[in-house]
Amino acid sequence: MDGGMHEPLLGLDDVSAGRLMPMYMCVSPTGHIRKVGPTLTKILGRDGLIGRRFLEVFTLRRPHSVLSTADLMGVSGAQLSLSLREAPHTQFKGIAVLLEGAAGLLFNLSFGISVADAVRTHQLSYADFAPTDLVVEMLFLTEAKTAVMDELKRLNQRLHQAKIAAEDQALTDAVTGLRNRRAMERVLRRILEMRAPFSLMGMDLDYFKQVNDSLGHAAGDFVLDRVGKILTAETRQSDTVARVGGDEFVLIFPGLVQDEKLSSLAHRILARIEEPMAFEGNPCRISASIGTITVAPDDSSAAQVLLANVDRALYRSKQLGRGRVTPFDPTIGAAPAD
Amino acid sequence: MHGLINRSIQCFLRDTYSDLVWLDVVNHAELGFDGFEAMLTYDDDLTVAVLDAAAHRLSRERDSILEDLGTYLVSHPNLESLRRLLRFGGVGFVDFLHSLDELQGRGRLAVPDLDLPRLELNCHAPGHYSLTCQTPHRGFGHVMVGILRVMADDYGALVLLEHHRTGSDVETISIDLLDQQHAEGRHFDLSARRMQ
Repeated sequence: MDGGMHEPLLGLDDVSAGRLMPMYMCVSPTGHIRKVGPTLTKILGRDGLIGRRFLEVFTLRRPHSVLSTADLMGVSGAQLSLSLREAPHTQFKGIAVLLEGAAGLLFNLSFGISVADAVRTHQLSYADFAPTDLVVEMLFLTEAKTAVMDELKRLNQRLHQAKIAAEDQALTDAVTGLRNRRAMERVLRRILEMRAPFSLMGMDLDYFKQVNDSLGHAAGDFVLDRVGKILTAETRQSDTVARVGGDEFVLIFPGLVQDEKLSSLAHRILARIEEPMAFEGNPCRISASIGTITVAPDDSSAAQVLLANVDRALYRSKQLGRGRVTPFDPTIGAAPAD
Repeated sequence: MHGLINRSIQCFLRDTYSDLVWLDVVNHAELGFDGFEAMLTYDDDLTVAVLDAAAHRLSRERDSILEDLGTYLVSHPNLESLRRLLRFGGVGFVDFLHSLDELQGRGRLAVPDLDLPRLELNCHAPGHYSLTCQTPHRGFGHVMVGILRVMADDYGALVLLEHHRTGSDVETISIDLLDQQHAEGRHFDLSARRMQ
């Protein structure tokens, strides 16, 4: 009743048929597997296929609801998607055509998109594929693509790090490592947008010019660096300490709005700055004039107004003899323009 | 020249010699930057300048440096993927030789703007081949000699290679296959687990 199955397939002997289609399979009209190409044999073993019912070994996912042998004979010519019923549930694409003389179906299968997994799982090699099959090109492309993607990923990481470094550099004062004016303005803008309470401190070094003039720029840079370290040490991580000009600093203290606290902080900074420091054995005595202002959440002053007010307070400190702290008060006169 | 090629020259000099040698080459070639990016394209003159600077720094012939570059490309562990990609060419060394006809196309498949030379294999008698490399970039044939030597080894074949310059843009390598299966080749899995 399986007439024709022992006849040569398309006039080809089994070896030639297998070379042409390493994953072919002949299924008799009764639904039994009669002939199998060498690659399918390698995957499932001869005993796993020959004589077994096709629908016992494979499950059809497209077209679906192929449940009987009669259904199976009807899939001729359609695009097939099937998989092994048992682990590793390898998936195949394929096509089946009716053999002459109602001799059953000739299937030709391939792995489709899951080819890399299949090749790995079943340890396949070149010899397992027809030379017309693009499997090797597909695997080549997969690896080449992965290598190229890895290289691009590395390039992106390098660029990203360079960008972060450049941004950081653009916000950092090169001499002291403190934030610069641009960074300070950015923080100030953000904190005003958030309508969060904070306070501002403006500070000018006193007698800094004398140090610079008498001991040179290296001494000046040394003093600036020391001041930077003092300011960093006396403030919290969340505060912003910026050098905004030659010997001018602005500090922003989010959440700090108690006048006494701000005042004692300012005096502590002042005291430390007035401590004698020596550059290459030469004493550098400096001091600072400080102005402060606290900003309540309901304060809608613009950043420029706040900075100008801090400047007025700072200037008052200078007028009163330097080395002191002045909280802003609207009655203070305007600071002279720079 | 594509950054992949420039960068492979850079990695070759750094891995085979030292970072210092590479920096000397950078300075001598007046690159103006520290290193090539694999995925960018550079002016051809830069590649020439780098190779000249390397020859000067190492006091070696440019051609022999290029051959070592070829050897490096397919034998250094950092570039394992390249050796693997070439092994997709075929089961045996002869298959591999024939697959070189497709190298340009394969390269383009992976990286569309990668301009590899056109290779053509001719068989003169059993075991006697010649490979012509057509490229305006002089010296590419020497790189191929280095690659072929390692790949022959990889397949376990014994070959004799000789480089000739046969035209202004053409270099030819004669390949005499003495023994196709001289030694056990290196193992190759079509689908290996992803390597780093």
